[in-house]
Amino acid sequence: MQFGIFTVGDVTTDPTTGTTPSENERIKATLAIALKAEEVGLDVFATGEHHNPPFVPSSPTTTLGYIAARTEKLILSTSTTLITTNDPVKIAEDYATLQHLADGRVDLMMGRGNTGPVYPWFGKDIRQGIPLAIENYALLHKLWREDVVDWEGKFRTPLQSFTATPRPLDGVPPFVWHGSIRSPEIAEQAAYYGDGFFHNNIFWPMEHTKKMVDLYRRRYAHYGHGTAEQAIVGLGGQVFMRKNSQDAVREFRPYFDNAPVYGHGPSLEDFTQQTPLTVGSPQEVIERTLSFREDVGDYQRQLFLMDHAGLPLKTVLEQLDILGEEVVPVLRKEFARLRPAGVPDAPVHPAVTAARAAAADPKELR
Amino acid sequence: MTVPATAPLKIVAVAAGLSSPSSTRLLADRLAEAARERLAAEQDRRVEVEVVELRDLAVDIANHLVTGFPPAALKKALDAVTGADGLIAVTPVFTASYSGLFKSFFDLVDNTALTGRPVVIAATGGTPRHSLVLEHAMRPLFAYLRAVVLPTSVYAASEDWGSNGDEYTEGLPSRIRRAGGELASAVTGRTVSGASRTPTLDDGEDALVPFEEQLAGLRVG
Repeated sequence: MQFGIFTVGDVTTDPTTGTTPSENERIKATLAIALKAEEVGLDVFATGEHHNPPFVPSSPTTTLGYIAARTEKLILSTSTTLITTNDPVKIAEDYATLQHLADGRVDLMMGRGNTGPVYPWFGKDIRQGIPLAIENYALLHKLWREDVVDWEGKFRTPLQSFTATPRPLDGVPPFVWHGSIRSPEIAEQAAYYGDGFFHNNIFWPMEHTKKMVDLYRRRYAHYGHGTAEQAIVGLGGQVFMRKNSQDAVREFRPYFDNAPVYGHGPSLEDFTQQTPLTVGSPQEVIERTLSFREDVGDYQRQLFLMDHAGLPLKTVLEQLDILGEEVVPVLRKEFARLRPAGVPDAPVHPAVTAARAAAADPKELR
Repeated sequence: MTVPATAPLKIVAVAAGLSSPSSTRLLADRLAEAARERLAAEQDRRVEVEVVELRDLAVDIANHLVTGFPPAALKKALDAVTGADGLIAVTPVFTASYSGLFKSFFDLVDNTALTGRPVVIAATGGTPRHSLVLEHAMRPLFAYLRAVVLPTSVYAASEDWGSNGDEYTEGLPSRIRRAGGELASAVTGRTVSGASRTPTLDDGEDALVPFEEQLAGLRVG
């Protein structure tokens, strides 16, 4: 099972000090956080993509390319890549390039983006969100699998004899997750292709997450990619930890109360009860996270949101130390112990390449 | 002879009154009782009445607007409303319309969940001069939701609780009986309009357009 972090990339005032980082400070903090993720033994770093203030990550492959050069093992991913407003041709080129730079340590998560004004900035219409996601991904899928592509669709100029370069590393396209919170169409899309499905459950009750994941698993089996238990599932999570529970609650409360999205709404206590947010000791985080599998089945990727709501970099790095040293080692062991045989790992480049080589050359199996 | 069905008929009344006791709640109770009496007299299925008081859910409603999902008690209320065989909606008149709390609650109801559902609309106010709120605000709201809004709507001004009708109009009790009777007839003889509810995640595969069909819909030419 993979453990990692995902960032929204928000520039938010620290409510306890009134300090707002500059864009430069926020971007540099993102890099420090990614490098820390590798240092403490996490598997995945994923960045969001946004094209409006107060967010900085508008150019994910630039950021991920830098991180690729400074890391050895970390898988670089997105949360999410906007499949609606980006040109699928450019996604194919950018992420194939990143894949070469990072020696295959790349996958990505498709998402639609729910900020209405962004669509027209890129010449699109939010009411066409689902059809855009479906058509653009169908093209991206083809561009990474066929060397020469002829294409005609509703949303893009046609392509004739087009080759997206560079070709994916070793002919193996980056693995794709599809992220959606409440659109069954996207669960269906992920299942159809046999791709991964990521439910960013951090603002939602598990009861809802379970329904979306169950639907994806049944459809994955329906399309013949394997059993429902073998479908590739990822979940979000959100934690804040201190040795003593009460210290964690006291320190995190002002950030919670003023956070974008849920701030000025429910109490910290209600929200931790209703959503996966866990504020407490490392042991509480371990227990809560282990409970997710009881709702959605054994899954492949757990990403935590650690750096939002104006938390200072120093605090975020401390949180990552706790996550990497005290929480994830236990989670790895426990999830592995509980996982039935036959539930696969999320596909990673070396494993897929080796499996392909073995399939092509039966001698390799010996 | 009618065949008794096992499932009870559910009448749900939503009351947006803020005080306790509230005349809005009283009107909701009386309308529900009028419908229940008629239903019990005219058919064999058991009748269940549930009154949802929005005051108790005020904070949950605000939180749902902020977070996008309902806390447990509000979820239960929303499920009751969308699962009702007949609905009674009662609001106090605030600033020339339904109250903000009332509107916020119905903002959280899926916009196809009440399609074809019989609804009695009712309102309370300090003066009879606001009675057209029912026709100018409440009826269009439920028309948008494609509910079947019954012809008799009931407005109760303070003075209505203590007076009889006059030679031009019936008193409050007889208007309540009429509205309750209309709701009972609509519930038992319910014919659904041509429109239907949009399936949700709870409908599982029924909510899905198979992927090949989605792709085909985008094919050019």
